[in-house]
Amino acid sequence: MPDFLAYGFMQQALLAALLVGIAAPLVGVFLVQRRMSLIGDGMGHVALAGVAIGLLTNTQPVLTALVAAVVAAVAIELIRLRGRTSGDIALAVMFYGGIALGVVLISRSSASSPANLTAYLFGAILTTSSSDLVIFAGLAVVVLGVTLSLRTRLFAVANDEEYARATGMPVTALNLTLAILTAVTVVVSMRVVGLLLISALMILPNATAQLLGRSFRTALGWAVVVGVLSSVLGVVGSFYAGTPSGGSIVLLAIAAYLVVVIVAAGRGRLAAVRHRRAERHDHEHGPDCGHEAVEHDDHVDYVHDGHRHAPHEGHYDEHAGHDAHVPTGGTP
Amino acid sequence: MFVTEPGSSPVLRLGAASFGYSDQVVVSHVDLSVDPGDVVALLGPNGSGKSTLVRGVLGLADHLGGDVEMFGVPRDRFTDHTRIGYVPQRHSLSASVRATAEEVVAVGRLPHRPWWRPASATDASIVREALATVGLADRARTDVATLSGGQQRRVLIARALAAQPDVLVMDEPTAGVDLASQHVLADVLHRLAARGTTMLIVTHELEALELIVNRIVCLRDGVIDFDGTPAAYAAHELAHEAGRHHHVHVTAPTRGDGRGPLRSPQVVRGRTGGDHA
Repeated sequence: MPDFLAYGFMQQALLAALLVGIAAPLVGVFLVQRRMSLIGDGMGHVALAGVAIGLLTNTQPVLTALVAAVVAAVAIELIRLRGRTSGDIALAVMFYGGIALGVVLISRSSASSPANLTAYLFGAILTTSSSDLVIFAGLAVVVLGVTLSLRTRLFAVANDEEYARATGMPVTALNLTLAILTAVTVVVSMRVVGLLLISALMILPNATAQLLGRSFRTALGWAVVVGVLSSVLGVVGSFYAGTPSGGSIVLLAIAAYLVVVIVAAGRGRLAAVRHRRAERHDHEHGPDCGHEAVEHDDHVDYVHDGHRHAPHEGHYDEHAGHDAHVPTGGTP
Repeated sequence: MFVTEPGSSPVLRLGAASFGYSDQVVVSHVDLSVDPGDVVALLGPNGSGKSTLVRGVLGLADHLGGDVEMFGVPRDRFTDHTRIGYVPQRHSLSASVRATAEEVVAVGRLPHRPWWRPASATDASIVREALATVGLADRARTDVATLSGGQQRRVLIARALAAQPDVLVMDEPTAGVDLASQHVLADVLHRLAARGTTMLIVTHELEALELIVNRIVCLRDGVIDFDGTPAAYAAHELAHEAGRHHHVHVTAPTRGDGRGPLRSPQVVRGRTGGDHA
């Protein structure tokens, strides 16, 4: 057993990291899909004002932060629904107002120090009380349950909101649910990753996963794997190096992204070299097209005049097989 | 599954219906009845309100007056959404995250089950069948973002089919689709029409769908200006043309006059394309 597991606080921290590592990318993928990647960041800003109010009034900062983030989430969704161009400005006022208010109020609070502020902004899981951790764990489990059971519907709404509406899906309710899930995830993650960095754990694992997966389902699986590895290893790293957990986690998530980008680019170049475009034809191959279909790994080739055509994006590739037919196309 | 028994109530009935956005009326006083088995092309120049009309029927644009009934039920009390298969006008599917053709088509099954129930084996086989109907069975696991425009349009048709609807409502299914794909698309629609699927197709390119539709409704400036068979439409277009040249007022022939086109379809088609592009 590694020595860090001997500490009770470390076991709790790792459990929290595990839950956050699963929940953040799971909720985040729908934000990426809706092209609202930075919305979690804004909710984090507003949550800081909630934390400050909690510290000033001697209320649980977790609860006040939760209330602030959820109110912000609902407001964001309502502003989006009205679809005004001034909505953008309204969001800016809300987000910067939130963080400014938070910083000012925390500085006035007797119970806090600059170190305290840093802990909320950038994560300090190792100094978090076990009663807080219990609340976080409970909320994280709720987020996981709701997101997993609604995932096909959240996917449908993010993929094509108009179609979802036409088929009678409760689109507004689902969008509000996603906004609230995001807010809760932000607050749950504030001690592990920090309010300024949580958005990164929602988005970066998904960015990496989009390069690894070939479907929504597998990409989501990869995102959770990357999220969990970054958050758990980040917490372990911060234990040994004495660094804030949030920064360590996000740096790991970025490292994973860069490694995958470089490997994918290398493979892409290799594929481009081997890529041979088939001659152009207006005919579209399909199950009833009359050309012999051959299963080839994950796709179907069609035998066309003795050579094999494999569908690739909008055109066909030559797949080497029966003979060395000279392709007419060049590089893609 | 797509054939509705004759004698049942009309699929869609509009009585002096008006649609628009907030207070802006786009289409007004439309009377239209679509019966089971009708394959209707809803024609009209850009801005004539044809998209607003179908969007209004689907509840995506505001219903500003008159009666709208679907399968005999007034629009505001209609809850049987799976009976309508909507194929929206989209130039491409969202490419912000990966999604396979199969995953997009599976969305069509969602209204058939409560939110807590996962997809069943039956759902999966209906999805496969819908993809096969549009000729994309071999692309089920392909990321939709890598498909061509025409193939993406067929994915959207398959999604609508997966809901097992009684009527397909399509908004510009052929717009921006390459030629090879347009043939396949026409074949798909032909196959559906042969099965007796009721279809309402918004389009400004009649040419691609000419052999499929059995009725043409033409909107101009928010009002219906023609409703009849394709043959009567060809005659109407000629009369329209004559009217324009000789400043003679010509009343539009009504539906089902049964006469063939006055000139070769080729010539008529050419003008139709010009008028409605």
